[in-house]
Amino acid sequence: MQRIGVFVCHCGTNIAATVDVKAVAEALGHEPGVVISQDYQYMCSESGQNLVKDAIKEHNLTGIVICSCSPRMHENTFRKAAASVGLNPYLVEIANIREQCSWIHKEIATATEKAIILGKAAVAKVHLNAPLTAGESPVVKRALVIGGGIAGIQTALDIAEAGFDVDIVEKEPTIGGKMAQIDKTFPTLDCAACILTPKMVECSQNEKIHIHSFSEVSDVKGFVGNFTVTIKKKARFVDETKCTGCGLCTEKCPMKKVPNEFNMGLDNRTAIYIPFAQAVPKVATIDPNHCMMLKTGKCGVCSKVCSVGAIDYKQQDQFIEEKYGAIVVATGFNPIKLDKYDEFAYNQCADVVTSLELERLMNAAGPNGGTLLRPSDKTHPHKIVFVQCVGSRCDDSKGKPYCSKICCMYTAKHAMLIREKYPDTEVYVFYIDVRTPGKNFDEFYRRAVEQYNVHYIKGMVGKVTPKSDGKIDVQASDLLSNEQLHIDADLVVLAAAIEPDKTARPLATMLTTQMDTNDFFTEAHPKLRPVESATAGIFLSGACQGPKDIPETVAQGSAAAAKAIGLLCKNSITCNPCVAHSDELMCNGCSSCEKVCPYGAITYIDKEFRMPDRTTAIRRVASVNPAVCQGCGACTVACPSGAMDLNGFSNSQIMAEVDAICK
Amino acid sequence: MQEAMIKRAKELLADGTVNRVIGWKKGEFFYDITPAVFETAEEIDADFVFDDFTSANVSKYLVKESKKEGKILAFLKPCDTYSFNQLIKEHRVVRENVYIIGVPGGPKLDIEKIKAKGITGVLGVKNENFTLKIDTLYGEETMPFYEAICGKCADCKSKKHVIYDELIGEDGDVLDSNRFDMVEKLENMTAQERFEFWREQLSKCIRCNACRNVCPACTCEKCVFDNPNSGVENKAASDSFEENMFHIIRAFHVAGRCTDCGECSRVCPQNIPLHLLNRKFIKDINALYGEYQAGADTTSRAPLNTYDTEDCEPSIVHERGVE
Repeated sequence: MQRIGVFVCHCGTNIAATVDVKAVAEALGHEPGVVISQDYQYMCSESGQNLVKDAIKEHNLTGIVICSCSPRMHENTFRKAAASVGLNPYLVEIANIREQCSWIHKEIATATEKAIILGKAAVAKVHLNAPLTAGESPVVKRALVIGGGIAGIQTALDIAEAGFDVDIVEKEPTIGGKMAQIDKTFPTLDCAACILTPKMVECSQNEKIHIHSFSEVSDVKGFVGNFTVTIKKKARFVDETKCTGCGLCTEKCPMKKVPNEFNMGLDNRTAIYIPFAQAVPKVATIDPNHCMMLKTGKCGVCSKVCSVGAIDYKQQDQFIEEKYGAIVVATGFNPIKLDKYDEFAYNQCADVVTSLELERLMNAAGPNGGTLLRPSDKTHPHKIVFVQCVGSRCDDSKGKPYCSKICCMYTAKHAMLIREKYPDTEVYVFYIDVRTPGKNFDEFYRRAVEQYNVHYIKGMVGKVTPKSDGKIDVQASDLLSNEQLHIDADLVVLAAAIEPDKTARPLATMLTTQMDTNDFFTEAHPKLRPVESATAGIFLSGACQGPKDIPETVAQGSAAAAKAIGLLCKNSITCNPCVAHSDELMCNGCSSCEKVCPYGAITYIDKEFRMPDRTTAIRRVASVNPAVCQGCGACTVACPSGAMDLNGFSNSQIMAEVDAICK
Repeated sequence: MQEAMIKRAKELLADGTVNRVIGWKKGEFFYDITPAVFETAEEIDADFVFDDFTSANVSKYLVKESKKEGKILAFLKPCDTYSFNQLIKEHRVVRENVYIIGVPGGPKLDIEKIKAKGITGVLGVKNENFTLKIDTLYGEETMPFYEAICGKCADCKSKKHVIYDELIGEDGDVLDSNRFDMVEKLENMTAQERFEFWREQLSKCIRCNACRNVCPACTCEKCVFDNPNSGVENKAASDSFEENMFHIIRAFHVAGRCTDCGECSRVCPQNIPLHLLNRKFIKDINALYGEYQAGADTTSRAPLNTYDTEDCEPSIVHERGVE
């Protein structure tokens, strides 16, 4: 006979304000098998836990139901409490009457009714719970960082510093990311390259760090502590081990008209190229879309001039497989495409540029050697208009609903730098709000307005029209003085919203991590677990989780590293005993379960069976490796005969819950 | 055709290639044909038939037969070969123990359709220029040939044998079938109309289990409807289970594995168009995951237990649910 205890938590007023907890305890006390049903203010507190422990001992309980918050919060707490007094921790069930009940209902009557139903379902389930014992699995002492921007670099450096091997997978030919393209950084105006490149060099020199540049993650299998990742090393047609980065090939390459993506297409590069002088690894890459040799088989100049014989036109994509204990996602961001913003004439006029393009226009390594010139006629612009929030804080489908966070500050930076270097230039900034939270940020913006006389105008630009004389008519409204303005600008700079990199979504699918509607990775808890994903062993670093400036990105990169190191330090992790198993008498051996298993935990064996008609038959039956199974339950759903079942979440337990709810 | 098949069957029995033959034999009436296993040339001479009424799919019998001693010769029509392939894919038959001779498919005839014309005492049929000449106890009757053919043959999807060791007769092609027309009609109904359509049909079910027993995708060691632990155990009609659950659960169980052989509707004594449930799944799978024919081969992965990043998002179900 089952002896079940029910414990209803008030969670202060979190639950008690909308759920009549006494009524819940009273109602559940009448459920079959329940011998004690109590409520308490904070069940997770020391005294609350003692109440549970004492009841287990006093009433000799065979199972307990805690009606409280999500099992994500305190399931472990109560499992430990039960274990400490000799009750198997898997005989504990949580009924979530907070997140799934009190927080979403307003009326006490309905919330109480629902809490009772949830409690009944948990009681029905705990009747069928079986004691389970957890095993252990080893941790591979190696980390993978996906993305080699400043976030990934910082994470990799910190993990390597702790003594663990770490691989960086970067899809571009060099690490460095967006920060490498930036000219100066706010609010101190130090040169981005000067602070970033030493870190890039450190990565390449650290013997614990292995950079896979021009590579992508193509497959992820396994689970926390034991991921198996396939990395696709894209063919760069240059032998990385031989290339010295001398750059002779890039000088001699006859195909010189390829838009240079590092300079945002504002100038050209050759078909064989090194993205920029400080690239890491400093290895040339051939762009197969433009290389004459690869396209037509006629040229081969780079191969002739290469003194070390590094050019290999026959190189193929390579797939390497590696095992990791932890994975850090640092896939970063991109400015959105502005094709849909015809009102700003971005596609019609070369002198309407994005802020990242302006960074390159102002950079010493940029297309104009650091002199700010209009892209169209290479003249000095004398009147520059900045438009804020292009695609940010949008409620239409063209843009993004969120604030891109960094634009206010970099626009203040741009305005200030231009006024400093070219005092004869007039600078206008059109804004909705100026948002400058952050250390020394507001002071920085005030300096732009007060010391550098940048004209900040509250209001949005309605239309940008290129004129025949080369000027650009900017039509805007000044909301504070309620005026319509026309400005004859020489250059218009659009602060384009930022969005997660396009590679993030397929990656999230491979990693089985969650994303929000904007494709930013979702953290395990928005406040308390900001650098962990909800998938164990996957950590988040930088702008892939949300818009961030450099200091925040670096801080999060280090935080993600700390979490990864914490995992890698362990020799083994406790396995989840809630794994699948197959009832061999019912198994058809049809392979459905094996096909849906994301962890490769299922194999088949030919086994001899005594059949009901007293004959012996050899049948093919499924066998689950419990060390590899993660208890996702996909196999139990795919199994046509119902032979597959999951410990702790058996088909009969789930049906009992459903029955209890529907009764 | 029947003579050629008998000749070849006897040869293969004689040279020891096989020790049994699965085909068809007559029942009480000549049109009452059932699958049968023959072990000797004499048995074959006496009972083996292959005619306008041999529509039964013998693939499912091979689940058990292929696990016995020795090799069995199976005559498979094109639609049967799809079922056999699917069973290979699910490791339910032992391919090495079956010698497959592909034989031409239908159109086969449905005696119920002839009887529905008020023609009784049927003694024999003959197709002459698409007019069916029917010899009866009461004299000769005629009806248009196409009005007498089996439902599953009317919507034939393929005349191609997807697996065989040898062929008797010509192999055909995959056809451009109109098999989804009725499904589309149902889709265009309102939810209420559709509910009423299926209520009317499924309420006829007497729960004889013929559909399950004939279905080549229903080969579980223990069927969920017979398993007291499954939560849906129900062996006979006792309440509205058939109307509400039985056929829906069955359709879900064979989704993505059903080759659309049409046996379920053929054997239903109540003439419930059960194949429409399966076809709805097939149509949706084709639309959501790309064209897929279960049993067309033995290696491709079924869309419902494969996941790739190009798959439609789950929200599609919600969007399609909105009327």
